[in-house]
Amino acid sequence: MSQIRELGYKDLPLGGKILDAGNSENYETGGWRTYVPVHDAEKCTNCLLCWIFCPDGAIFVKDGKWAGFDLKHCKGCGICAEQCPPKVKAITMVKEEK
Amino acid sequence: MAKTLGLTGNEAVAYAIMQINPDVMAAYPITPQTALVQKFADFLADGDVDTEMILVESEHSAMSATVGASAAGARAMTATAANGLALMWEIVYIAASNRLPIVMPVINRALSAPINILCDHSDTMGCRDTGWIQIYSENAQEAYENTIQAVRIAEHPDVLLPAMVTQDGFIISHGMEDVTILEKEQVQKFVGEYKPHYPLLDPEHPVSYGPIDFHDFYFEHKKPQVDAMENAKQVILDVGREFSKLSGREYGFFDAYRMEDAEIVAIMMSSTAGTTRPVVDELRRQGIKAGLLKLRVFRPFPAEEIVAALQGKKAVAILDRAISFGAQGGALFSEVCSALYNAGQRIPVINFLYGLGGRPAEIENIQEVYQKLQRIVQTGKVDNLINYLNLRE
Amino acid sequence: MAEITEIRWHGRGGQGAVTAAKILAQAAMEKGFHIQAFPEYGAERRGAPVKSFTRISKDPITIHSPIHNPSAVAVLDATLLDAVDVTEGLPEDGILVVNTVDNPADVRKKLNLKGRKVFTVDATQISIDCLGKPIPNTPMIGAVMRAAGTLPLEEVISGFKHKFSAKFQKEVIEGNIKAIKRAYEEVKTE
Ligand code: SF4
Ligand code: SF4
Repeated sequence: MSQIRELGYKDLPLGGKILDAGNSENYETGGWRTYVPVHDAEKCTNCLLCWIFCPDGAIFVKDGKWAGFDLKHCKGCGICAEQCPPKVKAITMVKEEK
Repeated sequence: MAKTLGLTGNEAVAYAIMQINPDVMAAYPITPQTALVQKFADFLADGDVDTEMILVESEHSAMSATVGASAAGARAMTATAANGLALMWEIVYIAASNRLPIVMPVINRALSAPINILCDHSDTMGCRDTGWIQIYSENAQEAYENTIQAVRIAEHPDVLLPAMVTQDGFIISHGMEDVTILEKEQVQKFVGEYKPHYPLLDPEHPVSYGPIDFHDFYFEHKKPQVDAMENAKQVILDVGREFSKLSGREYGFFDAYRMEDAEIVAIMMSSTAGTTRPVVDELRRQGIKAGLLKLRVFRPFPAEEIVAALQGKKAVAILDRAISFGAQGGALFSEVCSALYNAGQRIPVINFLYGLGGRPAEIENIQEVYQKLQRIVQTGKVDNLINYLNLRE
Repeated sequence: MAEITEIRWHGRGGQGAVTAAKILAQAAMEKGFHIQAFPEYGAERRGAPVKSFTRISKDPITIHSPIHNPSAVAVLDATLLDAVDVTEGLPEDGILVVNTVDNPADVRKKLNLKGRKVFTVDATQISIDCLGKPIPNTPMIGAVMRAAGTLPLEEVISGFKHKFSAKFQKEVIEGNIKAIKRAYEEVKTE
């Protein structure tokens, strides 16, 4: 990622095509956070609504169960906390100390 | 063997596309292009091509479908005119910027308003800066042959730019002429098999088209488009030379007609050049050294070559069949002037705007152009830089 | 300038004036001539007066401006004689061929015409007889060819066949050829 930023016009792929598809993973959006989601495994029912709605695919799922946040990419938008059913409320957004 | 058929310009280009046999053709009808796609649909119905034809609900969709197909890896074509091209505009630009070698015949027609379906060059001149190669045809024969050559030019690895091939609406598109058609095998062999550049439908090598591209990259993606246009010059000449072995006709950036010792020269594009030839012949019979420079390739603009062809001429008239409102004359005029200026050539030039909305370019009008040039040579003065030919006062 | 034969066709939208211009051009092309055939460009309506043109030349035709001084004029519909100036630009030695039941002398009188050569033929009746429909354009080609003497009848017929054999059934082609032949024979002169 950092090397491509240095490239001049002669070395870039034609038409701005991205030839190494899936390289958005290299772009770490985790640094944008003010609030960080915190998960309470006791309350969680593994409905996976948070996983469906996370706009950055920053929630890991393993064997059909909630398995953690990808904090390299979580932008702290709070959508997961919003989507977690009101009667469950297993995610809270907490001010992140840097 | 080649055979001669009586074809309209539209039919001639439909023949070319049939013989090219593109993978995808997406189109929406608009006068005077309609008959072209209709004829191609006949070929499709007769089983002469195995093209996937996509009927769309607008020109914006036609170009979008063509862009999608081309990005997917298909040899894709469409055709349009006037307001159709205007509606496409957003995607026309995207096609070039994505470096998709689409070939699109455009049947030159005036833009509204008032509503007019007849010929002028406002449509293609309006998108001269979109990054498309632009090739203008004098007659049905050239429209046919330019379409075939455009495939090779656009798809060349040093180029990878879309190309429009124009012909004058109605004058050429609806006029039947004797056109010599190559064998389908010859055309197939000439255009060759299409090898797409990073197609989307290559699961082994997944790629993304059209990502977000801000101040940090966008500029770097534009410069290669400039370079590709520059590269296109050599490719256009090479392809023209190779094609002339098939057709016997010469294809360069322009046709220099009786230019060698000419003193007064008119520069123009498309069908009016044909009307100008007999005028030049007549002037020559009278001992007047008249010449014609018929420009075929407007983009990339062959500035150096035009300057070289105009070397030592005494007066030059540039005819534009489109107005650039608020500009210093027509687009062709501006381009020729800046080429001459930068080469340090101070030849007297005048501009004629003509033929708007199908206003005919008559023999007398062309004679008037050369008379004006003669006067400039005699007096050494250009009274009127921008002139309007055959306009009622 | 090269010798060019220029023919103007007058008809009403739907009568096939453009097709006539094209068939004649096709025939000339097969005889080795260079050709052009084109309509007068504009909005087309059924029944409205329309014009079309044919150019024929031994040398390649580069000119793309309209025809103002045709060597021959063909009128597919006699009612046009009242509606438009069919002799406009027709030179002294020009030819006028009209589809009408009248004689050439009647047409000359009606138009108050001096000079030119006038021919008439009842192309509408011929087309009704041969094709079952009043489509006078094909017989008019036969009449024009006879009047202008540019091409022999066989060439016109083979041109017609080549232009339309893929498009029409055999009976239609035969009917049209019969119509062309009849008009070629029946055209009246002064
Ligand atoms: S939405 Fe709440 S309950 Fe459902 S999986 Fe996510 S954290 Fe657990
Ligand atoms: S805060 Fe937003 S980005 Fe982070 S995990 Fe929740 S939904 Fe995804």
